[in-house]
Amino acid sequence: MLRSPAVRQGLSVGVATGLYGISFGALATAAGLSVWQACLLSAVMFTGGSQFAVVGVLAAGGAPVAGFASATLLGLRNAVYGLQLAPRLRPRGWRRLLAAHLTIDESAAVSAAQDDADEARWGFWAAGLGVFVCWNATTLGGAVLGDALGDPRRWGLDGAAAAAFLALLWPRLRRRETAAVAAAAALVAVLTLPVAPAGVPVLAAALVAAALGWWRTRPARRDAP
Amino acid sequence: MTGWLVASALACLLLKLAGYLLPTAVLADPRVGRTTDLVTAGCLAALVVVQTVGGDAGPALDARVAALLVAAVALLLRAPFVVVVLLGAATAAGLRAAGIG
Repeated sequence: MLRSPAVRQGLSVGVATGLYGISFGALATAAGLSVWQACLLSAVMFTGGSQFAVVGVLAAGGAPVAGFASATLLGLRNAVYGLQLAPRLRPRGWRRLLAAHLTIDESAAVSAAQDDADEARWGFWAAGLGVFVCWNATTLGGAVLGDALGDPRRWGLDGAAAAAFLALLWPRLRRRETAAVAAAAALVAVLTLPVAPAGVPVLAAALVAAALGWWRTRPARRDAP
Repeated sequence: MTGWLVASALACLLLKLAGYLLPTAVLADPRVGRTTDLVTAGCLAALVVVQTVGGDAGPALDARVAALLVAAVALLLRAPFVVVVLLGAATAAGLRAAGIG
């Protein structure tokens, strides 16, 4: 099994990604979550962007419902990954739930990078399981560490969170249109930040991005006669 | 609070499951994939802003802005995620230790 290049690639992605579970765990407890609440998010939510969003909104003093909305909006893309992966993996029964749970940026990317159908399946499972194990272990470590650190600002954890969001956004900026929409969303956040309650600027920005995406993309052409 | 966390986690899990239960034909409309992409980018961009200048008493410019700039330079130099995050923390912590921001 380890001879499969997709499995090796998947496992290495798992270890690398798992490492920054430390930063998630530390930020979560710094934002006021308990160690086990941080672990709950990594075990059940298990999608980094949404987890960082919940913690970011709560750290800024936002209402829990705003955290819920940001996490859900960021989790939408996993549904699209699932739609793409389903015909390739064709999971049945309990494997379908497991496949869904392991559907994240990394497992979808490793699977999509394979030319061979078997390798695409192996890559998905290796990356998904690899990230899951490492991510949950390092979240626990980071959460305990964050709990012990005291004032998060003294350790620059708020700077770390800003850096983490930028690093998650970065690879998406390569496409010019995406970069333009991201800039518009950032502007909406800047303008609403002084007047709206915490958590709302992110939702306002997401709605603007959704509207731009929906109305500026051409629908599929009907089959011409 | 725990209730909201559980609800958020389950909502994200249900979205993942929906991908496996919905007909693949949903993707035939290019607006679905594109809009999802842009919502992700828009959310993350807004979170960068809020995390960098948001404060309890309105927007504030402090050591976090420097942390973000250092992170951007690290990303331009293709530094891995962990390094970018650590540099962000080190910048903010260093400046505060020096009494700035």
